[in-house]
Amino acid sequence: MLPELGHFALILAMLLAFLQALFGIAGPALNRERWVAATVPAVAGQFVMVATAVGCLIVSFVNFDFSVRYVAENSNSALPLFYRIAALWGAHEGSLLLWIIILALWTVAVTVGTSRLPKHFSARVLGVLGFISFGFLLFTLLTSNPFLRLEPPPPDGVDLNPLLQDPGLTFHPPVLYTGYVGLAVAFAFACAAMLEGRTDPVWARWTRPWAIAAWAFLTWGITAGSWWSYYTLGWGGYWAWDPVENASFMPWLVGTALIHSLAVTDKRGLFKSWTLLLSLVGFSLSLIGTFLVRSGVTVSVHSFAADPTRGMAILIFLCVAIGCALALYAWRAPTLRSSGGFELTARESFLLFNNILLVIAAATVFAGTIAPLIAGALGQRPLSVGAPYFRPTFLLPILPLLALLSIGIHANWKRGRVADSRRALLVTAALACAFALAVVLGAYSGQHFLAVVGLVLGAWIILSSAVDPIDRLRRRLTLSRGVLGMTLAHVGLGVAVIALSVVEPYTVERDIALGDGQSAHVGAYDFRLVGTRDIDGPNYSATRAEVVVSRNGRTITTLFPEKREYWVRQQEGTKAGIKNEYGTDLFVALGDDLGAGRWSMRAQVRPLITFLWLGPVLMALGGFCAVTDRRYRLARAAADAPQPIGPGVKERTA
Amino acid sequence: MSDKARVLRFLIPLAAFVLIGIVFAVGVKHSPEVGDIPSPLVGKSAPAWNLPVLDATGRTFGSQDLRGRWYVVNVWGSWCFACSDEHKTLLDIARHASVPIIGVDWLDDDAQAADYLTKLGNPYATVATDHDGHFAIDWGVYKAPETFLVNPAGVVVFKQIGEMTPQAWQKEFAARLPPQLAGRTS
Repeated sequence: MLPELGHFALILAMLLAFLQALFGIAGPALNRERWVAATVPAVAGQFVMVATAVGCLIVSFVNFDFSVRYVAENSNSALPLFYRIAALWGAHEGSLLLWIIILALWTVAVTVGTSRLPKHFSARVLGVLGFISFGFLLFTLLTSNPFLRLEPPPPDGVDLNPLLQDPGLTFHPPVLYTGYVGLAVAFAFACAAMLEGRTDPVWARWTRPWAIAAWAFLTWGITAGSWWSYYTLGWGGYWAWDPVENASFMPWLVGTALIHSLAVTDKRGLFKSWTLLLSLVGFSLSLIGTFLVRSGVTVSVHSFAADPTRGMAILIFLCVAIGCALALYAWRAPTLRSSGGFELTARESFLLFNNILLVIAAATVFAGTIAPLIAGALGQRPLSVGAPYFRPTFLLPILPLLALLSIGIHANWKRGRVADSRRALLVTAALACAFALAVVLGAYSGQHFLAVVGLVLGAWIILSSAVDPIDRLRRRLTLSRGVLGMTLAHVGLGVAVIALSVVEPYTVERDIALGDGQSAHVGAYDFRLVGTRDIDGPNYSATRAEVVVSRNGRTITTLFPEKREYWVRQQEGTKAGIKNEYGTDLFVALGDDLGAGRWSMRAQVRPLITFLWLGPVLMALGGFCAVTDRRYRLARAAADAPQPIGPGVKERTA
Repeated sequence: MSDKARVLRFLIPLAAFVLIGIVFAVGVKHSPEVGDIPSPLVGKSAPAWNLPVLDATGRTFGSQDLRGRWYVVNVWGSWCFACSDEHKTLLDIARHASVPIIGVDWLDDDAQAADYLTKLGNPYATVATDHDGHFAIDWGVYKAPETFLVNPAGVVVFKQIGEMTPQAWQKEFAARLPPQLAGRTS
């Protein structure tokens, strides 16, 4: 009964999403106040229906209802409860459902958050979100219904993919999707502003907290994914330029550009059409990412087996949504004119460089990701583009970006007085150089040019961003949450850059073969295999090795890497043994049994890798901190007062 | 800049997107490249199997009966949309090639499977039924349809994930088979 109820709830949700889109978009256009007023109940109803559907599927998982195909394909009677719930997003159909409920949650949040904005504007925002939700619900119901039954029901399920049986899975996809889908809010605000013919930049202030929140979630989600692959995939990689990783990285790069250009539009009324375009492109890249992942057009570790109708269906929806938005842009953007200039060294120019460089970076990643598709379309042999392409092309725009950041944060709006901060800049730069040299010459042997560059840039960013807040605190001035968030995020970036500059060149990795009692040198450490034994988990059996790591004869830790065999799918999984010592990871993954008691192993010593996760976590925290800034709440209150809107209103500039 | 040029400038994103959309559309049409996903089974001996035949006689059929012969295993189900899409191709192959195609009906209901084959035609030399999914687990089937090519030594020499297409048959299957078995497909 429950799966049918869930299916029915999903159909009702789709109808309500359609009404939400119709009332929200057509209501204000036709000046029908009752339609406008009806968007909010439609949002509430849609959310309740989507939540019901998700609830039904979760109950089916919890109760081992293998008559539901999705449950049979992604769980098993031996699967622990924790993973039976997380199995909800373990495959295609459930992931879509997760996508939909997260969009519904954002929509509810937007409904609450925009309740004090002009009625017509918020109705349009909700209408656009309703349209997106309708598209996804329709797609799910037509091609990917998670509630289909199996007749007769199999006695047991085929189990969840072992790679996904990890605590990382339980929070990585939901957080990542929250960021991905959150960009839809900025998209909807931009569409609403264009539908309304707004030419004033007020919408930019309204959009800012939403865009920043989505960006923070995306940052956190990508970091969690990277950490997850590092810990579970068993080869110690944290970023592989896989199409699916790129699919989340491109919206992040554009989202980063967006939150910076929104600042310019908000404070100075400039870059209006550019900011609109970035809002559209950010979410478009999320949709394109979904398409790349779901359609199977690119071969990736994350691919789900392809069903060609699905690829076509997403593509059609993608073309309608993005095509309409960009057509609206082509129609409305020419009416936006920015007046008021700025000097070359003003903050505006630095943010313009930031935007240009970030968009170039996103474009290079995009080009590399779809290169195999283009080659296929031209009838060439399938070609794969990997790290050798991405690394240099990505560094090209990113290195100048990092260098300009340290200078740019000291520039003022409109008239740049960078010269005023010359002393601070020179001192911080000198300190950063000293730090880099100390690290390269002192802590790690072997000099790498890029490591030095990265260390200088990273340290300079941290020091330079801290100057202003420290100065303010010393003068007992208040530090707004916005400034604090920005500083945290920039410091986080600096930390990540430093970590990356050390991890990349100074990681020592060796494939070793050890028998009981034998040891091998890896970097400054000794890895000694004590022995192996067989153990049983809840739904797998495993071989667990005991490896003692020592340095200069002093024992540091004992690692227990496992090689698991999951019973149901007869699939192998590895669980690496990892110990963190002062930010350095000592890593061992167990390979194959070489016979005669010898095992192949991969041992790694990765310095500072902890900071590679810590940096982005700081960035995300900075984002969350900035969202709570007082001025966004004031902006909402100010919107209560009626104000002239509509095309042709000449905008003022500060 | 003239006003007209200014207006045109804002059409650039839309134009760029149209180009990208075309690339995607062609990409979706040509997605048999997913067949390039390597399978751990390729190059190894096929797991032994023995399954009930879909003819309600209670007879079983399996690797014993195929020893020393080339054969193709196609995993399908009446519930599988992509399977019905590839069905025409399978019928065409069955008409021209003399290598036996063994259908493994996965997690399916016998009556529905029989109905499906009556309606769409039967390309299979034998249809074996994998009611509980054990065969699929042994052979590492992730989603139907999947098609395996097994040589006389019982080694899986190729695995196609996703729909069978005439191109994939020619390139990956027919090219590996002895000419007298591969036949010719239109």
